[in-house]
Amino acid sequence: VENVRLLDRLSSRKAALGTLYLTATHVIFVENVSETRKETWVLHSQISSIEKQATTATGCPLLIRCKNFQVIQLVIPQERDCHDVYISLIRLARPVKYEELYCFSFNPKLDKEEREQGWKLVDLNEEYNRMGIPNNYWQISDVNRDYGVCDSYPTEVYVPKSATAHIIVGSSKFRSRRRFPALSYYCKDNNASICRSSQPLSGFSARCLEDEQMLQAIRKANPGSDFIYVVDTRPKLNAMANRAAGKGYENEDNYSNIKFQFIGIENIHVMRNSLQKMLEVCELKSPSMSDFLWGLENSGWLKHIKAIMDAGIFIAKAVAEEGVSVLVHCSDGWDRTAQVCSVASLLLDPYYRTMKGFMVLIEKDWVSFGHKFNHRYGNLDGDPKEISPVIDQFIECVWQLMEQFPCAFEFNERFLIHIQHHIYSCQFGNFLCNSQKERRELKIQERTYSLWAHLWKNRADYLNPLYRSDHSQTQGTLRPQMAPCNFLYKFWSGMYNRFEKGLHPRQSVTDYLMAVKEETQQLEEELEALGERLANLQKSQLNDNKVKCKQQDRSKQLGLSTSDNSLANTPQEYSNDLKSFPSRSPSQGDEDDSALILTQDNLKSSDPDLSANSDQESGVEDLSCRSPSGGGCLPSEDSGKDSDEAVFLA
Amino acid sequence: MMRSSQPLTGTNGRRCKEDEKLINATLRPGKRGYIIDTRSLNVAQQARAKGGGFEQEAHYPQWRRIHKCIERFNILQESLIKLVEACNDQSHNMDRWLSKLEASNWLTHIKEILTAACLAAQCIDREGASVLVHGTEGTDSTLQVTSLAQIILDPSCRTICGFESLVVREWLQAGHPFQQRCAQSAYSNSKQKWEAPVFLLFLDCVWQILRQFPCSFEFNEQFLIMLFEHAYASQFGTFLGNNENERSKLKLQQKTMSLWSWVNRSEELSKFQNPLFEANSLVIWPSVAPQSLQLWEGVFLRWNRPSKFLDEAQEEMINIIKYN
Repeated sequence: VENVRLLDRLSSRKAALGTLYLTATHVIFVENVSETRKETWVLHSQISSIEKQATTATGCPLLIRCKNFQVIQLVIPQERDCHDVYISLIRLARPVKYEELYCFSFNPKLDKEEREQGWKLVDLNEEYNRMGIPNNYWQISDVNRDYGVCDSYPTEVYVPKSATAHIIVGSSKFRSRRRFPALSYYCKDNNASICRSSQPLSGFSARCLEDEQMLQAIRKANPGSDFIYVVDTRPKLNAMANRAAGKGYENEDNYSNIKFQFIGIENIHVMRNSLQKMLEVCELKSPSMSDFLWGLENSGWLKHIKAIMDAGIFIAKAVAEEGVSVLVHCSDGWDRTAQVCSVASLLLDPYYRTMKGFMVLIEKDWVSFGHKFNHRYGNLDGDPKEISPVIDQFIECVWQLMEQFPCAFEFNERFLIHIQHHIYSCQFGNFLCNSQKERRELKIQERTYSLWAHLWKNRADYLNPLYRSDHSQTQGTLRPQMAPCNFLYKFWSGMYNRFEKGLHPRQSVTDYLMAVKEETQQLEEELEALGERLANLQKSQLNDNKVKCKQQDRSKQLGLSTSDNSLANTPQEYSNDLKSFPSRSPSQGDEDDSALILTQDNLKSSDPDLSANSDQESGVEDLSCRSPSGGGCLPSEDSGKDSDEAVFLA
Repeated sequence: MMRSSQPLTGTNGRRCKEDEKLINATLRPGKRGYIIDTRSLNVAQQARAKGGGFEQEAHYPQWRRIHKCIERFNILQESLIKLVEACNDQSHNMDRWLSKLEASNWLTHIKEILTAACLAAQCIDREGASVLVHGTEGTDSTLQVTSLAQIILDPSCRTICGFESLVVREWLQAGHPFQQRCAQSAYSNSKQKWEAPVFLLFLDCVWQILRQFPCSFEFNEQFLIMLFEHAYASQFGTFLGNNENERSKLKLQQKTMSLWSWVNRSEELSKFQNPLFEANSLVIWPSVAPQSLQLWEGVFLRWNRPSKFLDEAQEEMINIIKYN
């Protein structure tokens, strides 16, 4: 469709004119401006909702909201075309078969072996070995080898040595969805472990010998403690209500040596609504501080993040400080349980704070343990009530921790954002379907590519310059505080206002430091090379000239230290540059939105971005003699003049 | 950019040819000027009843008046007290945190002040127009606007030396009544009538800009916190008194030491330097969207949470750059 306008979300005066394309996998907007022909690519999988708004004089507005929080506002001149686009997008954004998804057509031009290698990058057996298993207390069990016991669990599960197949099978019959207690994390220093399951089918009084034996087995696998914690991550009321349905929670009287604990985290419906409300706040045009803070509090989002974090902290404390094992469950053991186990693991074990370790963590607690990616993130069109930002919340917990412990993580914010992006993008096969069983049936590994390999290849972009593996912050357990005044939960504008660059710091500390580190590395290599040359020089006679030339070349390459203060501050119009929108061809994916690096080299080309906000926030919207309450111009001696607004808009 | 106090037009609409001549003299040929009044139109109009007022269009035809309301100083102290209370709440309860933060209005003030400063800067930088800023007395919100506008516009104000000069010029010499405003701070039981965290708000605004442009300032957060502390309690005489007249009468220059003489020693200065600083000659425009403004943890949560991890990060940054 031609002559479509793409509006700037914050400043609706600014619009780019171009052509809209719909392909099998993407929506693409290409600007008419001949020099840049800037492109905006959006994967259909990313589309969360499409809204057709009332036709105005300028055309028919279409609002596309994406799962990665990008909001695209198009104005299509003809109502007919707009309707066609709308209907098409609705269908395209709601695939019914897996084969419609992008990952089956995505082609990064790798050969079969490279694809395979990519999938092997993360190996869970290796991970459990790293933990120290199998050992005297824990072993691998193949009782679920054909998914016969639990179809949402992996084929390989780790259980206490004293848990026989009989006990496992018996316990699975007493657990919702057959999700019996299995090992998530083992701490070899003190033998404490984190196990996970779903809720017991205890109702008001039912018991199951094998399930009780299962918990005993877990306790016995930790000789250092004579009890285990059983943590139910649901609010007490919800758990109690489940009893009426024949499910519920563990009765301390029936299970020997357990200490039962509720840690109330709300369910997926509450979380879905919470995110919805928060996004509404993000979409407000020119909100006041009050609007924003009220809206944020009203959504409850940060409160929920804190609840998940607090649960993780409790479990990590139990393991690290008390040396007590913990069994975690919620209702079905695939949402809150996953969140809480992975947060706890991250706090406990610095390995999970490395890039590779983080990928392993997600593979372990989310992918292998049957988190329902398809249902939660809408790979395919399904029940809207199953949709919920469960993994988004976990990812945000990690970000909040990164803000409080800046040296503790090997990866940076961009890593988290790109992972979130790809959970929804379906460009890679890692996060399809609802279980390992479904993925194997679809032969995902033979037909798609692994995100982990892609991220690993680009890991230089994802490094945290402040991370040092020998730093004290990167050793041992992280111990965040719990009171809000001690651990400030911040609004993550990098994620929820990701595409509004004007809202973020205009200079990136991470990128600056990475550039410095890169330069340092180059200098070190140069130094080494020069050292060798010097050694050689001392052995033979060589021209002085040759050495001088080398030195001059070096200073040209490393532009970081050369100042260019002759750059006059030329106020410029804020023009959306290539960095603001995803603008890559399919073979590279569309997640790239590298932050602005403000090195001297880049200053020239990135200058427009610095002057960005003069038109956005800093004053244009409110220049007239309006009273603060927003009413129209008050009658006064001024009424005869032109409105001040015209001055700045001209 | 000029600053003043309100014109005494009163209810009779008095005019003063000299005043008109004075500010017209700053107009560039062919350009008009902007008067930024930090009071709402209502408040400015009401001021006439007490003999004050605002510049009338008929008498100042080449000047456009814009009202950019910044809260009056006496409201600000209440804000600070509420904020500090919210920050000290040790309960693990997240429920009311944001609404308590909102109820203090602190960040709203920050947004108002920054917006007004950006506007002033915009008039100068984009319009090439002269600007006159005033509120009522010209000793509080006026100074916030003029000093922040200079930070936006002038890179030299972002150097340590330049910022010190800015503080001396726009706050000390301009007559911000430090003795009245920085008497007791947030915990005092007695509510002083003239007390208000005007200077702290200014420093907070500078911190907001620093956060958004971390490579554009020669000084770091610690420097700002140090100035905040010394404004309230100091072994140096710099922030004593309410204006130059008083300082002169108190013979402060003879009887006390200057803060700057201590700060500018190289061993002290090294604590306040920003390792990420790369001088540039740009105008920097901060975002005043609510998402871009944050609570200044370094001041308000300073005693509540260990700064160890953030300090280590800072150290690591310094090491990376030093090693390079």
